Amino acid sequence: MKPFDYVRPATVTEAVAAAAQPGAVYLAAGTNLLDLMKGNISRPDRLVDVTHLDGLDAIETLADGSLRIGALVSNADLAHDPAFATTYPAVAEALLSGASAQLRNAATVGGNLLQRTRCAYFYDTASRCNKREAGSGCDARDGENRGHAVLGWSESCIATNPSDFCVPLVALDAVVEIEGKGGRREIALDALHRLPGNTPERESVLEPGDLIVAVRLPPTARGFAAHARYLKVRERTSYAFAVVSAAAALRIENGKIAEARLALGGVAAKPWRARAAEDVLTGVAPTTDAFQEAAWRALADAKPSGDNAFKIELARRIVVRALRLAAAGTPARLPALPASPLASTSGAFHA
Amino acid sequence: MPELNLTSAPAHLRHGSNIGQPLTRRDGFLKVTGQATYAADNHPPGMLFAVIAVSSIAHGRVTFLDVAAAKRHPGVVDVMTPEHKPQLAIDPEIKTNPFVFRMEALHSNEVRYANQPIAVVIAETLEAATEGAALLAPRYETLPPLVGLDAGESFVPPVVGVGNPTENHRGDVEAGLAAAEKQIDATYETPPQYHNAMEPHAIVVQWDGDSLSVDMPTQGLKLSLARIAELFGIAHDKIHIRSPFLGGGFGSKGLMGGPPVLGIMATKLVGRPIKLVLRREQMYGPVGHRAPTRQRLRLGTDGEGRLTALDHHARTVSSTFDDFYEPAADASHTLYAAPAIRTSHDAVRVNTGTPLFMRAPGEATGSIALESAIDEMAWACGMDPLAFRLKNYAEVEPITGKPFSSKALRACYEQGAARFGWAKRSLQPRQMRDDDGLLVGWGMGTATFPALMFQAEARAAIRRDGSGVMEIGAHDMGQGAWTALAQIAADELGLDIDRVAFKAGTSDLPDAGIAGGSAHTATAGAAIHSAGAAVIAKLAELATGDERSPLFGAGNAGVIARGGRLVRRDDESRGESYAEILARAGVAEVEARGTGAPNPAAMEEYAMHAHGAVFAEVKVDPELGQVRVSRMVGAFAAGRIVNPRMVQSQLFGGMIWGLSFALHEEAITDRRTGRIMNANLGEYHVPVNADVPPLDVITVEEHDPHVNALGIKGVGEIGITGSAGAVANAVWHATGVRVRKFPIKIEELLTQS
Ligand SMILES: Cc1cc2nc3c(=O)[nH]c(=O)nc-3n(C[C@H](O)[C@H](O)[C@H](O)COP(=O)(O)OP(=O)(O)OC[C@H]3O[C@@H](n4cnc5c(N)ncnc54)[C@H](O)[C@@H]3O)c2cc1C
Ligand code: SF4
Repeated sequence: MKPFDYVRPATVTEAVAAAAQPGAVYLAAGTNLLDLMKGNISRPDRLVDVTHLDGLDAIETLADGSLRIGALVSNADLAHDPAFATTYPAVAEALLSGASAQLRNAATVGGNLLQRTRCAYFYDTASRCNKREAGSGCDARDGENRGHAVLGWSESCIATNPSDFCVPLVALDAVVEIEGKGGRREIALDALHRLPGNTPERESVLEPGDLIVAVRLPPTARGFAAHARYLKVRERTSYAFAVVSAAAALRIENGKIAEARLALGGVAAKPWRARAAEDVLTGVAPTTDAFQEAAWRALADAKPSGDNAFKIELARRIVVRALRLAAAGTPARLPALPASPLASTSGAFHA
Repeated sequence: MPELNLTSAPAHLRHGSNIGQPLTRRDGFLKVTGQATYAADNHPPGMLFAVIAVSSIAHGRVTFLDVAAAKRHPGVVDVMTPEHKPQLAIDPEIKTNPFVFRMEALHSNEVRYANQPIAVVIAETLEAATEGAALLAPRYETLPPLVGLDAGESFVPPVVGVGNPTENHRGDVEAGLAAAEKQIDATYETPPQYHNAMEPHAIVVQWDGDSLSVDMPTQGLKLSLARIAELFGIAHDKIHIRSPFLGGGFGSKGLMGGPPVLGIMATKLVGRPIKLVLRREQMYGPVGHRAPTRQRLRLGTDGEGRLTALDHHARTVSSTFDDFYEPAADASHTLYAAPAIRTSHDAVRVNTGTPLFMRAPGEATGSIALESAIDEMAWACGMDPLAFRLKNYAEVEPITGKPFSSKALRACYEQGAARFGWAKRSLQPRQMRDDDGLLVGWGMGTATFPALMFQAEARAAIRRDGSGVMEIGAHDMGQGAWTALAQIAADELGLDIDRVAFKAGTSDLPDAGIAGGSAHTATAGAAIHSAGAAVIAKLAELATGDERSPLFGAGNAGVIARGGRLVRRDDESRGESYAEILARAGVAEVEARGTGAPNPAAMEEYAMHAHGAVFAEVKVDPELGQVRVSRMVGAFAAGRIVNPRMVQSQLFGGMIWGLSFALHEEAITDRRTGRIMNANLGEYHVPVNADVPPLDVITVEEHDPHVNALGIKGVGEIGITGSAGAVANAVWHATGVRVRKFPIKIEELLTQS
């Protein structure tokens, strides 16, 4: 491993100053970063360990009804917080469908938001990858790309964002609170990740030193608790990234959809909010026809980036199913296999 | 080597009859408390770390390594390259016997596959060695790699597997097909797979004066010893290998590969103890894998569903520099009574590490194709798959016409089907749904694996205090050799298991043969059996020849050993303890050796195989195509069961691997570069707990007087066979979609909704 400095700042301000230096990166639980370092994909000069910073591990309800989740809250603690799981069931379901129990116990909210793509060519330093090394080329483009993006990709990069957590968050209009060199600011989660364009090496809008301190769910996010689901198709029953996933949240009033939220995972370089689909659902009855129409809208711009045309059809079907499940109502208890289409099959249950 | 502190004799043990008892693992306590020492747990004083640098191209040559940069890195002691390395006594490319594989020992700059070792960095710490390896930043002259089953001109290899004929036939297949009322012609593909033992390949090695001390997981202590001896020109008695535990091997630790040789070279180069452990991704290259196959099966039946012909052709690959050919088509030799059978193989060479035995080599790949084809044929005949298999039940081995030494397959079918509830299966596919609307499918497969025997030797002793010793260089890969073989030893010595010092796992002990071919318990057990009998005979001689003994005059055959005593066969009240016999004779111990080996006469006369029947239920989301196995029942007949608990675990493991074969496992090779793109356990999928349904294993009683003295057939590999096909057939039955390329993927099942 390349030798690096390790610093443990005492305050957020110190952290920002330390991380603003060239070659510095934040270390949270390290479940992604350390793997990247061991594989020589990331070769930082300095790790700024934020896990000891005070005040970043709280889950608090604010006066206006927003929920503020500190960046250091672990994925498991958040998902298992009873109030959180009842109010934002799709988010809890998404968290629990990700990785494994051990990883969720360690992984942080901030780290999850900024986890890197799982594109195999990105991980493989012998391959050309524009994201790893700007301008070097993209070996995934004509390679083994069955899992790659079908929306928002460019010739420079066809990678997907692997986070499950981000998918319902973006559907619920989550906001990211950032502490940077210029002080505190906030942006919509939908604006955090960038599509690749010609600069896939720039994955987010964050600047050097920017620290995510919290994620906030606005008061409106509470309105979907009764009809919110996350659905994730994967290649094994647990402990696998999504082939395609979807978060669907509905506000149903008098038998009609008053408001719909829909986002897709595993299809693009960012969690993919499907606003056009939401629009066609607003004000209509929650019928399969309506859901199918929504699914067509959601994938209208999709195109294969390789051997992955099936993901478009799969995504449509997932959208329809996720909306159907949401319309049917949030289950009283999270299924034993969160977000799995096979949640109800008998057998040994282990998330 | 410190004595292993194994716990023995749980209270439920039936005294005097250890074989057949479900003892828990005697090494279990050591393992769960972290005291079991695996090779990489050793840290001799002064030890350095060696890290292999591997090639990132699959074909070409290394033109430059930045050795200076690596050496400048703090902590790096030396960098071993083709230009700077100790000489070997013989060329590692020479095949001195068929069980030797050509390996990379930095003997040239040529690159023949991705992840080939190209240099070794030796440093004071693992981190420094790792960074040193990264700093080598190799440059290459790259040549186009050969990739995939159509990489080049195919050829017919001289043999497949271990010396099996490439082609085999009985009867006239073309005539049988021409006369058939119904025919199928289907082609199946299986992917490259990697053993992925939990414990990576590792070696800790040091010189102890002029002898070499090696800690290394191996499935073949004596084979490894012989290979080290010839490569380094060291006498056999100057090499000591310890391999008390393996964290799985599955065939990848059977024959000595290049990486441990590099570890020994490194210790020679720097004169200090060395530890070398492969990284997970480095296990996708130099230590073997299961080759991909493309298999064409043509089957014909008469009007009653009786097979008229079975033609099985398998295409596979080997490396560009050595020969191992997955004998996939041979799976069709033994199961179904077609009057005409032909099996054949061809191969292409690709830029890959040489493929190797991987748990059920040939049987696993062949079985999923054969069992799928049988299922397709049954459907074409409009017959239930079990009824079809029974209709074509082989009373004698189809390819040879030999009788079976024993074959309780009919009972496996019956008991497995009854437990599963097979009779309620719909004939048509896509008919069954569960309460949640998921498609439900039931499939089955027949399991089979040959009952093999190798050569082994054991040493037994009875000591003055009446306790026993059994020594055999056996290998515990997790299958339970420490337990099962000790049970056999206890029985043979007529002692309770806690009175037997059972020694295994080092090369200084008598040769136990390899732990492979599902033959270890049978082979080592046979040696233990004969050594035990021989030492008891010596003890009996002492007693029966001594007029002061109550056994005087009983004659050798007239005594039996039980509970630490010899007693007269005709009057069990007359006898005396081992301790008394030895005390009176004034000897500290009696000892004897025994051997285990196949019986050529019996092999000539009989076909010897274990059998089984596996039934699987899958659930499939009708729109989204995600599959989950919800139930599996396997009924297996494998001769004598030495330890039912260990056997059940082996069969569970095999069935899970079968499920994995059908649905999960695949090394994804970049078609342009020949590199494996998922060389890690995050992306190379094996089943996790949530993929494994409740498994039900039935061991069907089977008595086999011919396979060996103990009647043991072996259970290590058979569980994969049958299971993979059962799951694949269940997916068809659930969906109506016949997928012939494994593993079955979601997109294949999205065709309907
Ligand atoms: C085998 C495996 C399987 C997985 N499966 C899934 C899955 O199915 N679904 C899924 O969603 N995820 C999955 N993950 C990914 C996992 O969720 C992430 O690794 C984890 O969430 C990262 O959190 P962390 O705290 O460990 O981040 P780290 O690894 O510490 O950091 C990740 C990145 O975020 C940056 N960072 C961390 N915190 C902050 C902050 N507060 N402000 C600014 N930058 C920050 C770091 O600099 C780094 O670049 C899997 C991971 C593994 C290893
Ligand atoms: S898809 Fe993106 S991440 Fe993958 S290799 Fe291409 S540029 Fe790199």
